[in-house]
Amino acid sequence: MTRKEELLQDVVIKFAGDSGDGMQLTGQQFTNNTALLGIDLATFPDFPAEIRAPIGTLPGVSGFQLRFSSDMVYTPGDHCDVLVAMNAAALKVNLKSIKPGGKIIANVDGFDNKNLRLANYPDGVNPLEDGSLDAYDLTTVDVTKLTREALKDFTELGTKERDRAKNMFVLGLIYWMYNRTLDSTIDFLTEKFGKKPGILQSNIKVLQAGYNYGDTTEAFTTRYKVEKARMKSGLYRSIMGNQALSMGLIAASQKSGLPIFLGTYPITPASDILHELSKHKAFGVRTFQAEDEIAGITSAIGASYGGSLGVTTTSGPGMALKSEAMGLAVMLEIPLLIVNIQRGGPSTGLPTKTEQSDLMQAYYGRNGECPMPIIAAATPSDCFDVAYEAVRIAVQHMTPVILLSDGYIANGAEPWKFPVSAELQPIEVKFKKQLDEGEEKFLPYKRDEKLVRPWAVPGTAGLEHRIGGLEKQDVTGNVSYDQDNHQHMVKTRQAKVDKIADYIPLQTLDSGPQKGKVLVLGWGSTYGAIKSAVAELQAEGKAVSHAHLRYVKPFPRNLGEIIRNFDKVLIPEINNGQLVRIIRDEFLVDAKGYNKIMGVPITKSELLDAIEAML
Amino acid sequence: MSAAAATSVPLTAKDFATDQEVRWCPGCGDYSILAQVQKIMPGIGVPKENIVIISGIGCSSRFPYYINTFGMHSIHGRATAIASGLKATRPELSVWIVTGDGDSLSIGGNHTIHLLRRNFDVNVLMFNNQIYGLTKGQYSPTSEQQKITKSTPFGSIDHPFNPAALAMGADASFVGRSMDRDPKHLQYMLTRSHQHKGASFLEIYQNCNIFNDGAFEVFTEKSSKADEALFLEQGKPLVFGATQNKGIKLDGLKPVVVELGNGVSADDLWIHDERDFFKAQLLVRLFDDPNKEGGHYPRPFGVFFETDRACYEDVMSMQIEETIATKGKGDLDKLLRGKEVWEII
Repeated sequence: MTRKEELLQDVVIKFAGDSGDGMQLTGQQFTNNTALLGIDLATFPDFPAEIRAPIGTLPGVSGFQLRFSSDMVYTPGDHCDVLVAMNAAALKVNLKSIKPGGKIIANVDGFDNKNLRLANYPDGVNPLEDGSLDAYDLTTVDVTKLTREALKDFTELGTKERDRAKNMFVLGLIYWMYNRTLDSTIDFLTEKFGKKPGILQSNIKVLQAGYNYGDTTEAFTTRYKVEKARMKSGLYRSIMGNQALSMGLIAASQKSGLPIFLGTYPITPASDILHELSKHKAFGVRTFQAEDEIAGITSAIGASYGGSLGVTTTSGPGMALKSEAMGLAVMLEIPLLIVNIQRGGPSTGLPTKTEQSDLMQAYYGRNGECPMPIIAAATPSDCFDVAYEAVRIAVQHMTPVILLSDGYIANGAEPWKFPVSAELQPIEVKFKKQLDEGEEKFLPYKRDEKLVRPWAVPGTAGLEHRIGGLEKQDVTGNVSYDQDNHQHMVKTRQAKVDKIADYIPLQTLDSGPQKGKVLVLGWGSTYGAIKSAVAELQAEGKAVSHAHLRYVKPFPRNLGEIIRNFDKVLIPEINNGQLVRIIRDEFLVDAKGYNKIMGVPITKSELLDAIEAML
Repeated sequence: MSAAAATSVPLTAKDFATDQEVRWCPGCGDYSILAQVQKIMPGIGVPKENIVIISGIGCSSRFPYYINTFGMHSIHGRATAIASGLKATRPELSVWIVTGDGDSLSIGGNHTIHLLRRNFDVNVLMFNNQIYGLTKGQYSPTSEQQKITKSTPFGSIDHPFNPAALAMGADASFVGRSMDRDPKHLQYMLTRSHQHKGASFLEIYQNCNIFNDGAFEVFTEKSSKADEALFLEQGKPLVFGATQNKGIKLDGLKPVVVELGNGVSADDLWIHDERDFFKAQLLVRLFDDPNKEGGHYPRPFGVFFETDRACYEDVMSMQIEETIATKGKGDLDKLLRGKEVWEII
């Protein structure tokens, strides 16, 4: 049989199956394999909150979308070219996201009567057989049967254990389809199951069987290839947001000389930072799984008070629980990093779904006048830089800092041109060690030109002092209920945070002319979608520009100027309109929002429509 | 006990006073506790700068302002959690937590039990006055049932905590009780708390003369103290009474109050052993209402229990040291690079 080989520029593939089918692992493996070839990529894992929702049902579907391209990509793609559907529910849930004429690879065994019923197909209806998928390029594969067949010699394994390797068959088949080698996954399996030779060998066997199946069956007539992307030269690795964020913290710790203390409580989608940091004891990292969210942040405050880099990580509901302690950190004026990996809210909301839900909470969600700087990550690899920068601000301005990320970038992966440590800007830390000349007494709230007070940690002889959550007299830090002093201190704490704007870079445009019709202003994980949509419109000659905020509070000094250079401002957000209100309030402009609150990222195509409507 | 080196210049209680005016109500039991802490501090062998006092919210929690060490007056109920983070990162410091019955058993109850089970080497001084003082007189988790307060005009229906039993239940490695009106005993107990390596839970009966005056007077007043208070001494029989005429013996697992004489001697009595976990469980349960009709147990004071158990911060440091010893110090460039890289030319 002759086979065609076709060169593609851009592919979106989605692996979808039951949450027990191992689709996340399959997707991650394919991601890794793709990254190692120097192909640009973006991923979007999408899974249910239940660890094991009822098998075969629509709510139990877990998906992993991956876009890879020989061009630079900034989103995981609006629609997929290829859908791998392990069961009927996976097909039903994802049918609307396949491109017209797209390829469907369906596991026949997942479309038996039971699975069809669980996916709410009417009696006697099987989409694989009734012609309803004629508009697509459908290939059926009996993955379960072929997997069992491949493992028939592995007599020590039960049926359940054999069937668990199904995802390796699919992975092998897709590797064949895109001209890949199996090496990266064999290495992964060897490391994971090295001590369980039976499991290791069976997985490799099924992986190879899937690959060979592609090679021998006549169902597939074409193999595809995507070439290396034209990325900046240098060394790259694949990175996920929470992983990058953890590394940013370790890097900041190494460059500042401050040991990390992470006080935290497990919560989706932030827990992976705890998992990652707890591995790195060799860097002196201390992780403390506290009894609750409040102990998470307060233990971190205790650590910062003692001269460590106190960090706490959480998501929306945990953020709410921490708010009183954040107020304490504002009063104490000590460095602290509060990381919020946002998810759908309110209350428990959508724990595994992404949302830019907590900007208002970060801005205003505390009692009293309680200003804190806020910084937001735009992409998975950006989490590294943002974590590093957040630590710098916290330490150099003696303030708690809120870092906002979200479920989409936390779990998403992309290639990362990682830095070498020598390139990283050092973070200078000044502990007060003794009284200065002419000082008779230590004055814990005496400020420098940045309005920053000294950091004097326990163990420093002669600098014994008391601090607390009660209002303090300026300079001395003694308790004060004086009315003028309170007004002065509220203003001073605000001025201190505002002053950070003098120590951050000016805002730049990500793309587009300095003046024009429409400015698309974003923050956080909408970066890729905005960048892609704006680029397309610019290519058509439209006067659209894109600015993306890393520093959300205080804003860069020139943000107002940039905004006023455009006739209209569009602010796309995955929430009901939060930044848009703050921008209107701050700059008195008639900014418009584009808001999607469906637990999924904004797509490029819907943004194109929204921007065009303003042109 | 802190591992800190002994101070070279001898200090006195005065060195531990601050320039801040003490603002507790005149006659408050907190004055005595403050004085006893200031008295023992020079003698515990820790340089002043290595002592940190962390408090929550409540009358007791103003404590740090009045003692010239490092200190933090934090937020309600969280002193224990703040102290955990501090001790985890600075094991060499001598960390003292000053808290009240509302602060540590109500709003901060969760942190208290977890601090005790983790066994950080810190000292918890729990001032128990069985009332909310700073918020002006509501009942607390240690207030007796039927108590009439501002928030319970018909009498409290809450069953009170037995703090020492709670601490035992949380596997505290040191559990003791003392009182504001017995300075010598309090100094002894503060010193013992400090000397214990691990989390010490010291309940201190403290009189709130404004909102709950006389809550503990049967244990503290001369006329009743001898009959109602039982002072525990290591290796000694449980004896009390005006003329040391009464004792407690064990009838199986049941403590029985007996009169000494008439064939009953000290040899028949329960001999106190701070290291006996099971006996300590019984001892903390001697918690009768002193007004109970028809006989009741006296209330014990002293060290109920002490045991040696690894401290959280030490094991935490050990894990780090062991990792560095076996794998070497972390290499940032190696971490950033990860396992798999590719080059774009």
